Amino acid sequence: MATGELNPNHFPARRAAKVVQHYLNTRYGSPYRLFGLEEVLSATAEDVDDTGRRYHLQISAHEIISNRKQKCSAEVFFPRGEPTQPAEVKASCEELLQNTTAQEEALYQRYKGNHSLLSAQYIPDSQGNIEPDMMPFWHLSIAASSFIMLNESTENTLYNMAQVAQITQLETESDELKFDSLMLLHDMVSQEILHWKLLFTWSPAGGVKVQQMKQIPKPHH
Amino acid sequence: DQVLIITPETQEQVDILKNVSTQYETALWQPVSPFYMTEQTEVHLFVPGKSYETVQSLLQKHDITYIEMQTMNGTDPRSTATFYERYHSLEDIYDWLNRTSHDNPTKVKAILVGSSYEKRPLYALKLSFSDRPNRKAMWIDCGIHAREWISPAFCLWFVHYSLSFYNYNKEITEILNDMDVYVLPVLNPDGYKYTWTKNRMWRKNRAPSQNPKCIGVDLNRNFDANWCQGASPFPCSEIYCGAFPESEPESRAVADFLRQHKDSIQMYISIHSYSQMLLFPYSCTLEEAGNHNDLFEMVQEAAQKIKRFYRSTYKYGAGAKTILAPGGSDDWAYNLGIKYSFTFELQDRGEYGFLLPPSRIAHACNEALTAVKTVALKVLEKTQ
Repeated sequence: MATGELNPNHFPARRAAKVVQHYLNTRYGSPYRLFGLEEVLSATAEDVDDTGRRYHLQISAHEIISNRKQKCSAEVFFPRGEPTQPAEVKASCEELLQNTTAQEEALYQRYKGNHSLLSAQYIPDSQGNIEPDMMPFWHLSIAASSFIMLNESTENTLYNMAQVAQITQLETESDELKFDSLMLLHDMVSQEILHWKLLFTWSPAGGVKVQQMKQIPKPHH
Repeated sequence: DQVLIITPETQEQVDILKNVSTQYETALWQPVSPFYMTEQTEVHLFVPGKSYETVQSLLQKHDITYIEMQTMNGTDPRSTATFYERYHSLEDIYDWLNRTSHDNPTKVKAILVGSSYEKRPLYALKLSFSDRPNRKAMWIDCGIHAREWISPAFCLWFVHYSLSFYNYNKEITEILNDMDVYVLPVLNPDGYKYTWTKNRMWRKNRAPSQNPKCIGVDLNRNFDANWCQGASPFPCSEIYCGAFPESEPESRAVADFLRQHKDSIQMYISIHSYSQMLLFPYSCTLEEAGNHNDLFEMVQEAAQKIKRFYRSTYKYGAGAKTILAPGGSDDWAYNLGIKYSFTFELQDRGEYGFLLPPSRIAHACNEALTAVKTVALKVLEKTQ
C-alpha cells in the first residue's frame, strides 16, 4: 500500500477517512446529530515499524441534520497482526457542536415515561421511506452501529449502515433508554451485508453506550 | 380526481390548454412546464374532482379531445409524485417497456436481448430518433445488481427525458440526432424481482451454484476481463465471479449483443449505486487505458457540471484507483473495442445507500443524466 502523500480521492485515503466518520458518530452521534464524510482534503500514511500503519487526514465532515460542514484533522492507526485489533482514532474538529439538548430531552422524556415501548422494523423500508417519528431512532441506530463499524474497520473495508432490521425498546431500571436491535451493515469492499445484534443504551447526558454486540451469520438463500 | 391525456391539435388549442394548466387547481404532469406545450405533444393534466366538470366542458367547447388515465383516489399527486419519481416492480417495468415502444413506434423499438436464468426476458429499448446514415450508438444498462434500485429508475428516466425533451433541449437533441441509444433497464430481472419479494439486499443473479446453500453470481464479475482476479471464487460470496467468464445467461446475452453490434456501438455506460462516482477502465488492472486522458477529461467535466448545477460531489477516475472491481462489464466492453466505456455510481454516499428515498430520485437521475449527456457530447466532439 502507498506510503507518504496519498491521493485524497483514491480508496486508501477514503477508507481511512470513513473510520473517522464512525469515530465521530460514536462520540457525538445522537438522535439529532450525525456525521457523514463530505470530502478528504489531504492524507498521508506511514508504516510504524511492524506494528501497523498510521494515516494523517484532513477531512471535511458533514453534520447531516443541521447541514453544516466543518474541517477535522484526524489520525487513524490500523494495527497489524492476529487477532485483528480495532483501529485507533484521534480527531478534532473546528467548530463546536450544534446544541441539540432540547430536542434530545424531549425525545428522552417521551420514551422514558412511556408505558408502550418502541418497537419497529425495517428502517428505512424497502422504498427508502422513514416515518417522521422514526427519524430520530434511525439516527440513533446509525450512531450505535458506528461502534460496530469502528470496531470492524480495516484498510480493506468501507462500512455504511444498510438498514435497521429491528429495534425494540426494553424495560430498564436505570436512567437510560435501552434498546435491543438487529442492524444490517454494508461493506463496500466485499459487498457483503453483515448482520449484527446490538444491545445499547442512550440518554441525553450519557450519549450512546453499547452493552453487547454480536455478529450473527447471514441467512442463506 | 382524474388525470387527462390530451393532445392539442392546433396552436389555438395549445393556448387554451396552457391557460387551463395554470388554473382550476390542476397540476401539470407532462410536460414539466406549459412553456413546452406544442401541437401534437401529449399533455398529462391532473384535474381535481371539484374542477373536473368545468375543465371538461371547457375542453369540449373547443373540440379538444382527451382520455382519462386511471382514476386517482383523492391523493394529491404533488405528494405522490410522477411515475418516474417512484420505484417500480418488475411487472410494471415490463408494462412500461411495452407501452413506451407501442406509444412511440417510429422512435422506440423493444429488442429481446436474451433471457435470465429463471427465463425472464431481457428487453432493451432502441431509441432511434433520426435516420441519418452510418449512425453510431450508445449502450446504457441498468439493474445489473438487484438492490441498486435507483439504477433501473434512471434508465426509465433517461428514456422519458429523451422522448419529452427531444427538440426542446439542445444537448439531448444533438445526441439523439447523431446516435441511437440502446437502454436495458433491468439486466438482472430475477435478482430485481427477488429484492421486491424476498430480500431487499440481494445483489447477484439467481442461478444455483456447486454449493447447494448458496445462490447467485455477481454479474459484474462475470465478464471476461481479468476474470476472477480479485473477485471471489466462492459461491457464497457477494462478489462470486461464476464458474467461468460469461457463465451466466444475463452477462452472456449482453456480451453477445455487444459483440454483434460492436461496429456501431461506440459508447458503453453501466449504471450502479451507490457512491457517487464516475468511473472508466480499467478496474481490473492498475494499467492505464490507451485513451485514459480523454476519458479522464470527460468524467472530470461531467463531475464539474454536476457540482455546478446540483452542488453534489462525484468522485471520478479510473476504476482501479477509485475502487477496484475485476471482471466488470465496462472493462470488457473497452477491450472489445468500445473505447468510451464507463460505470456510473449514482447517489448517495452511504446515508441511505441502497434505500434511497423516492424524494431523491429526481435529483439522482438528473445528476446521472448530466453525466451521460456530457460524456456523450464529448464523444461526438471527438469522433466527428
